[in-house]
Amino acid sequence: MEIAQLLLGGISVGCVYGLVALGFVLIYKATESVNFAQGDLMMLGAFVTLQFANTAYWGMPFWLGMLMAVIVMAVIGYLMEALVIRRLFGQPQFAVVILTIAIGFVLRFIAGFIWGHEPLTLETPFTGKNMTIGGLAVSLDEIFIIATTIVLTLVLYLFFARTKLGVAMQASSQNQLAAYYMGVPVKRIHGLVWALSGGISTIAGVLFAARGSIDPNLGLLGIKAFAAAVIGGFGSLPGALAGGLIVGIVEPFAGRYIAAGYSQIMPYAIMLLVLVLRPNGLFAQVQSKKV
Amino acid sequence: MTDTAGLTMERKSGATGAPVLEVKNIETFYGAVMAIRGVSLEVGEGQIVTILGANGAGKTTLLKTISGVMDPEKGKILLDGREIQGHDPDEIVRLGVAHVPEGREVFPFLSVEENLRMGAFTRRDDGVSADIEMVYSYFPILRERFRQQAGYLSGGQQQMLAIGRGLMTKPKILLLDEPSLGLSPILVQEIFHIIRRLNAEQGVTMMLVEQNAKVALKTAHYGYVMEVGRIVMNGPTRQLMESEDIQEFYLGMHGETQRGQKRWKRRKTWR
Repeated sequence: MEIAQLLLGGISVGCVYGLVALGFVLIYKATESVNFAQGDLMMLGAFVTLQFANTAYWGMPFWLGMLMAVIVMAVIGYLMEALVIRRLFGQPQFAVVILTIAIGFVLRFIAGFIWGHEPLTLETPFTGKNMTIGGLAVSLDEIFIIATTIVLTLVLYLFFARTKLGVAMQASSQNQLAAYYMGVPVKRIHGLVWALSGGISTIAGVLFAARGSIDPNLGLLGIKAFAAAVIGGFGSLPGALAGGLIVGIVEPFAGRYIAAGYSQIMPYAIMLLVLVLRPNGLFAQVQSKKV
Repeated sequence: MTDTAGLTMERKSGATGAPVLEVKNIETFYGAVMAIRGVSLEVGEGQIVTILGANGAGKTTLLKTISGVMDPEKGKILLDGREIQGHDPDEIVRLGVAHVPEGREVFPFLSVEENLRMGAFTRRDDGVSADIEMVYSYFPILRERFRQQAGYLSGGQQQMLAIGRGLMTKPKILLLDEPSLGLSPILVQEIFHIIRRLNAEQGVTMMLVEQNAKVALKTAHYGYVMEVGRIVMNGPTRQLMESEDIQEFYLGMHGETQRGQKRWKRRKTWR
């Protein structure tokens, strides 16, 4: 029973990691640069939702507030790409990496300025409610997290497989030049990928906030999600989710069965192990170029 | 010009009509290096025009300049009389220039059919499915493999896919960059046969860049010869095939023994 409990908790945290990792991978695949502000976008998304939905702020109904936050964050993601990142188009990768790290700091500062540095709690319809299924105490927020992740994954799958824009995003990530030749407006696609990534990290932020409190340093969780993305094979969307789940599940078990501190080390230990044994990650799309 | 009549006998299309594409005196740079040094040319409706030239002559750069991936510093490019130089590539595709790039450049993880649908990305009309059928009718192997990821196709099949994908944009002019690259001689014959059929049956206007001069001259109606960024010779392909310089330097035919002996000091004079 204890194992089931740990597993459930692990899966729900893993979903959050997975979604943030998904944001990393989306941007990496489309634009070939890593957005190290991904975790901070998640943090900001959680705070924006709180601004919309908490009774102490604007007090909208929770779902409406979350939807508004997703839209706002998508717009912020798009603008970040269009106004800042795009200027570095053609510059070394290094520049983009440093720039996104800096953006992360700025976002953290802005969040602290607006909402303060004390932990706040997002009011959700689920917080603190429990139910028991066959002797297993399940909190509603865990169910909310897992269900939302499943729905979001399905929606994203359909988007990428069925819609013209989704296929165009795939196409421009696979061969940017050819996408240009086909008339795909690659730059705008990059902006839209950032928007998508901003929206997804907002949902991840809300899911995380459903389990506990949020503060401006929440974004540092992005590093763990980064490890999850590497484990899954940077560049694979299902891999990112799987990597997130692996990290999420391993953490509580390591904390319970080895020693408390180990739960913090395990994500990186697994990452190192995967890099040594399968450098392309567990679910990488690798193909040698045919001539 | 004497052979134009013969050409039109051979193929109904080609060599007629107003120019679809006019390139006027363009100059394109790679950084400080001038890759295109004042090139002018014309492609008439329904024509296949070929650009011959050695490596580094600027052929690919010329195509890239036309399709907007590179911008010319000087000169004009007119499509149906409308200036298109300096526009973004996606806009130029929308206006009717399709570029089939060198080395095929398919989307490796998309299926064959998705690749073709990407070709129709800029289109809003409902003729897309019918055009996919049209492409399949010319390249039946693509129909067989329509669900397969394009990265797993053979080189020849990828080339067919790249041409089909270009056709899906419904272009006014199709730019083909080295369609024979890395293909076996039989496949080259096959692909060029289809290119000729597309031109004759669908009336597709094409600009063909090739290193394989023999097959290019056999396929095209009109040809330009490029050398270090300049056009050094042009004419109907029949006429070009008879030129001594073309024969010697592009078709690799040896002259008589006497000439063969003094070959070492013969210089290109471009008569």
